[in-house]
Parts: sequence; C-alpha cells; structure tokens
Amino acid sequence: MIARLLHGVPRHAMALLAVVLAVLAIAPVFANDYLLTVLILILYFAYTGQAWNILMGFAGQLSLGHALYVGLGAYTTAALYVHFGIGPWLGMPVAILISVACGAIIGFLAFRFGVGGVYFAILTIAFSEFVRIGFDHFDWVGGSSGLFLPVANYSRNDVVHLRGQPVMFYYVILMMTAVAFVMCHALLRSRVGYYWQAIREDEQAARSLGINTFRYKMIAIIISSGMTAPAGVFYAFYYNNLFPEQTFFILRSIEIILGPIIGGIGTLFGPVVGAFLLTGISEGLQELLANFGFDTPGAKRVFYGVCLLVVVMVLPNGIWPPIARLLRLQRRETPED
Amino acid sequence: MPAEIYLNVAISGLLTGLVYGLMALGLSVIFGVVRVVNFAHGEMMTVAMYLAVVLFASLGLDPLLMMLPIAAVMFAVGYAMQMAIINPFISRPEHSQFMLMVAIAIIIVNSLLMIFGPDAQAVQTSYAFDSYAVGPVIVDATKLYAGLAAILVAGALFAFFRYAPLGKAIRACADNYTGALVVGLDVKQLYALSFGLGAACVGAAGAIIVLMVDVTPPLGPAYTLLAFVIVITGGMGSMPGALLGGVLIGLTEAMAGLFFSPSAKSMFAFAILVLVLLFRPQGIMGKKPT
Repeated sequence: MIARLLHGVPRHAMALLAVVLAVLAIAPVFANDYLLTVLILILYFAYTGQAWNILMGFAGQLSLGHALYVGLGAYTTAALYVHFGIGPWLGMPVAILISVACGAIIGFLAFRFGVGGVYFAILTIAFSEFVRIGFDHFDWVGGSSGLFLPVANYSRNDVVHLRGQPVMFYYVILMMTAVAFVMCHALLRSRVGYYWQAIREDEQAARSLGINTFRYKMIAIIISSGMTAPAGVFYAFYYNNLFPEQTFFILRSIEIILGPIIGGIGTLFGPVVGAFLLTGISEGLQELLANFGFDTPGAKRVFYGVCLLVVVMVLPNGIWPPIARLLRLQRRETPED
Repeated sequence: MPAEIYLNVAISGLLTGLVYGLMALGLSVIFGVVRVVNFAHGEMMTVAMYLAVVLFASLGLDPLLMMLPIAAVMFAVGYAMQMAIINPFISRPEHSQFMLMVAIAIIIVNSLLMIFGPDAQAVQTSYAFDSYAVGPVIVDATKLYAGLAAILVAGALFAFFRYAPLGKAIRACADNYTGALVVGLDVKQLYALSFGLGAACVGAAGAIIVLMVDVTPPLGPAYTLLAFVIVITGGMGSMPGALLGGVLIGLTEAMAGLFFSPSAKSMFAFAILVLVLLFRPQGIMGKKPT
C-alpha cells in the first residue's frame, strides 16, 4: 500500500515533504501564541482547499458553495454536543453523512439535468444561501442569534472532546491536513482520479470513451463534501460559536477556494502553498498596517484584493506550477505540460 | 387582511422588481456579449449608489436627475475596466475570470468601506412620503418614479440594440465571434462598449434604488447574488428575460415578506432559482443551448 503510494514520486519531492512536515511538527515549540493561531488558520484553509480541489481541480466542477458543507459539519457536531453531550469524534460521522447527503442531492440535481460551468457554480451558491437563511430561522440550533459551545478554562488538553489549548488544535488540524494530502495523492493516481481528469479536460471526449461521467462527477462531489465536513467540526470546536450569517456566508466559500486557485488548481501542493501565501499575506498586512498606525477598516482587504488581482493576472495557472518547474518536482498531477 | 393590501404589496414589488430588472439587464448584456460573468456587478451598483448619495448630500441634486450622469460615469468605468483588465481574460477558463472579478469586488467593497465607513447612508427626497391613490390602491410616489425611470432606461437600451448600427454590431459580436471578426468589426472595442453599457445600466439602477434603499458597503455582494438569481431565472443573455426575471423576483420577495417574515424573503428567490436551474436551465426566456 505504502509502496504503491510512493511509487513514481521523485526522491527530492519526498525529502521536501519530509522537511515541511518536520518543520510544521516542531513549529509550536518556537511559535508564540499569535503565530500559532495564524498557522492553525493556514492549515485549516489548506485542508478545506484540498477538499474543494477534488471537485474543481480534479473533476472540473466549479463549486462556490463549500461553506455549506463546513457549516453543516459544524452545526451537526455542535448541536449533538450541546444538546446530547455527544463528543466531536462520534458526531463527525453523522456530520459527514449529512454533508454527503446534501452534496449528493446538489450533485444529483445538477449533473442529472446537465447543469455545468457557471450554472453549477450558481446552483451551489443558491443552495448554501438557501440553507443559510434556513438556519437563521432554525431555533433548535439558535437561529440567527447563534449556537455556542460551553467554554471553560481548560488547563489540560482533552482530545476526545476537542477541548483544550491552541497547541492541541494545531496538531489536530495538522494531522487532518496531512491525511487529506495523502488521500488526494492516492485519489489522483487511482482509476477514478484519471477518469476525473479526463472529465475535467473534455467531458464530451470522456463520455465518448465510455466513462460514465454522471457517476464519476457524483463520486467527486460526495468525496469532496464528505471531506469538507470535518473542517466544520474543527471550526465549531475551535471557535466555539456558530452564526448562520458567518458560517454559511458566500465569502466563506470564496475564502476556501482562493487558496487552491492562487496556489494552482488541480495540483496537490496548490491548496497548501495558496493557504500559506494568502493567510500569510493577510495576517502580515494586518500587523504591518497596525505598526504604522494605519488602522482604517478595509485597508487591509483592499491591499489583499490588489495582491489577488496581480497574481491572477500574472500567473493564470497559480503559483505552484512555476515553483514545481523550478524545483523539478513536476509530476503527472500538474495539469500543464 | 383586506384584499387591497395584497394589491398594494404586489404593485410595490412589481415597481421594485423593475429596478432589479434594470440592474440584471446590465449583467445580462455583459454576459450575453463578452461572455464574462461579472461577479462584481452588485459592487458596481453600490459605487453608483454612493455617487448618488454624495451628489445629493453635497449639491442637493436629485438622484433621478443624476441618473444619466451617473450612468455615463459608470459607462466610462466599465469601458476602462474591460479595456485594461478584463480583456486578456476573455479566453481564460471560467474560474480564472471568476477570481479576477472577485478580486475587483473585494477592492471595491473595501475601498467604499474605507471612504464611507460601515454606516448606512440614505437620500431623503422631498417626495419620499408622497403617494398616489388610485381607487383603493395606494402607490408610493418614490417607487412609481423609480419603476418608470427603470422602464425608460431599459427601453432606451432595447432601442439602441434594435436600431442603432453600433447596437447591431454588438449583437453580431455576441451571435458569432468569428463572423464578427471576419466582417471587420473591432471586437475588442465592441466588448469594451458592451461592458460599459452593462455598467451604465447598473449605474442608472443604482441611482434609482438609492431612493428606496439605504446603502452600506456589504450591500454589494448581496446585489451581485440578486442579479444572478434574476438573470438565470429570466435567461442568461436574454434582455427581456432580465426585466421579466426582475419583476418576478421583486414580486416574490414582496409577497414572501407579507406572508412570512421579511428576513426569509430571499429564501424564496433562491428557491425559484433552484427550480429554474433544474427544470429550465436556460431560463424562462433563454434560448436552448445548441
């Protein structure tokens, strides 16, 4: 199994991965609290970006509503915890199930009726907005006034109930991101992965080769939505409060997809590199502007928007592909060449 | 509830819907010709709204009178945007175009936030509380003027596309890109003109809607979504469809606000969108893709 996973991976790529993982693993020793929260945020976006990338980067279906699956995952486990005392790890399968069901419904409706491209993107927005407004009126989970997890001063880390200090959350999200990375690597090289790439490049051609495009697009949305739900579980227990206005908001969905697009769609490293870059820039800017006493609301985001604009205009395929060329890490998963 | 209330709410929804329709018309023109989905549409609308607010606050100019100057300014903005930024993206994949427009939207929303702050700004006209009574029905004066102004601008645009040579050239561009190139049309120029026209629509709509809605920076994304819902419901690229979709969504929202709670009104708009996407993806008036 492991031998098969590693097959064909350049040796220096593995060395690079090992170094990155080692640095991340010992980072909490050196990082202060602030840096640790930034790292948690980065890994969170790397994880969600990886999950989104399965649907868009691998199978070519542009979803702009992934906040829906994060939100469902978050609300399900949080509600189970608040109302029945069921811990996050037990709640997670339920959360995944609900997310997958929702993803499957959207996928079934869209792919059955041949809704694709921009229309699919807008259908996903519509569903997440629909659910957002629904949760605003869903009193069992607090409605628009929010759902709160009990917060206490946890001196010791309780991994079973995900109650503890940032360091624990850091390792949890690091583990999730690493697992997601390996999973995506395996998926890309599986039969399904090749079918997805065929569909992404040319759906007509894929179908004429006998690929059941409906079935494989369904598999993509099911895996992607199921993988996004645990990010919601993490979100709920890390932030301890949930508001429909925030969790399901369209900007949340956009935040999720910025990383992989900036990093490089369809690549394994894209979501990770993109998350580091975007969150790094965004947090760094905040510090920088605050140091200069320039604290106008919006200033940070304007600059962020300008950075985004420049990257999109200059590097249409994202940042990772040129880096990969430079490091000679090119492998079959890079869509270019 | 007396029956007149339903009629009153329906008329109010219809008139608001016409303004929505004008906004969506801009999106439809841009998508129909340039084939770029303008994800910064609502944000451009808030720019126009703030322009109207500033003109009213500083010079006391009525937004309805300023509708055309604001539309002209937005035309220039749209033209420049297409020429300078969007044109290289014409042949790039959808997600790339989407990112570009999202970046522009982020810049607009937050620039407005920096300049005007997060507080809502409004225009208080002398006729804000006037109304006309037609039998048992009471029509809000502001909404009536707004609806009429929207019809006027939309009508002018229809006439332009139908009769003006330039309008015909743009339609030719939309129908057959290669064909337009072959007969010697300057497609780049026409694309910029179309984007400008779309922006002018949204500029006029913004100047009008300021009469009814207080403007805040986060209104931008909400209007972008609304414009999408309307355009897809009516049929992407279909101009009468955009107006029809606007009226339909305006009516739905007004009725949902009456029967349920106003906060749930956009849920119904999204429900309509989902139904349309599933059973008639090309929209009510859209052409079936061949």
